[in-house]
Amino acid sequence: MTGVGEVAAFWILATITVGSAVVVALVRDLVRAVVALVGSFLGVAGLFILLSAEFLAVVQVLIYAGAISILMVFAIALTPRSARDNAETAMRWLALALALAMVGLLIAVATVTEWGPQAKEGFQETASAIGEALLNRYVLPFEVASVLLLAAMLGAVVMVRED
Amino acid sequence: MVAELFQQYVGVVVATVAGFVLVGAALFANRLLAPRQATRAKGLTYECGMLPIGRGRLQIHFRYYLFAILFLVFDIEAVFLFPWALSFLDVGAMAFYEMLLFIIALGFGLYYAWRKGVLQWR
Repeated sequence: MTGVGEVAAFWILATITVGSAVVVALVRDLVRAVVALVGSFLGVAGLFILLSAEFLAVVQVLIYAGAISILMVFAIALTPRSARDNAETAMRWLALALALAMVGLLIAVATVTEWGPQAKEGFQETASAIGEALLNRYVLPFEVASVLLLAAMLGAVVMVRED
Repeated sequence: MVAELFQQYVGVVVATVAGFVLVGAALFANRLLAPRQATRAKGLTYECGMLPIGRGRLQIHFRYYLFAILFLVFDIEAVFLFPWALSFLDVGAMAFYEMLLFIIALGFGLYYAWRKGVLQWR
């Protein structure tokens, strides 16, 4: 983060991300909230590119802006109680406390962690490095991920089955 | 090095901004030119000339959730395939079998859904 362009891009993307997140919390209509959430996801993808984590940015667009938002729209369409919109509930003080605790945790992690030299210079090529790490060092988590996805599929099948 | 990376994204930024301006300008021109008369009857749902019965919201069947989950699962599989394909040659034969195991696990889930008949479009 040195040039004027990068700093400007960071602030614009941060504004888009946080602004969309505020819209998600304030808007009454749940489907509109999901659309605003997609804006927030895309802003985060832009921030990943600024961190030179291109592969993560692609994953962010593909999985979060693409698939997770679709799943949320389905969840809204499937829930009868979603008809009463984004109304205020007794849970909102709990949610506020949880959000503040999360902010505190993130700030603590960001300030305490010893960031390596890579964090300042950026990465050369991330996708092939991630692939190599997945196939060599992290092969067990990689296969466990497939079991997790399988469990999600089987769970959905069992829920939907009619007999 | 990092600066070069950002140079590649100038085109992406220009395309994104141009896309938003294009749609925004069309909507703005529409708002500027079209006559607007908001009446209650105009906002009603059209139901062959009769007054609509019940709420506009429709409860969709539970079954469709499975298709959303399947879409998500195979989307994630595609994301795993991409870095695998890039480092495939460096890692060697093990990479092939590791990915085969991964795909077989997901394929079993699809087979199970198929056999249980939940993929049937009813």
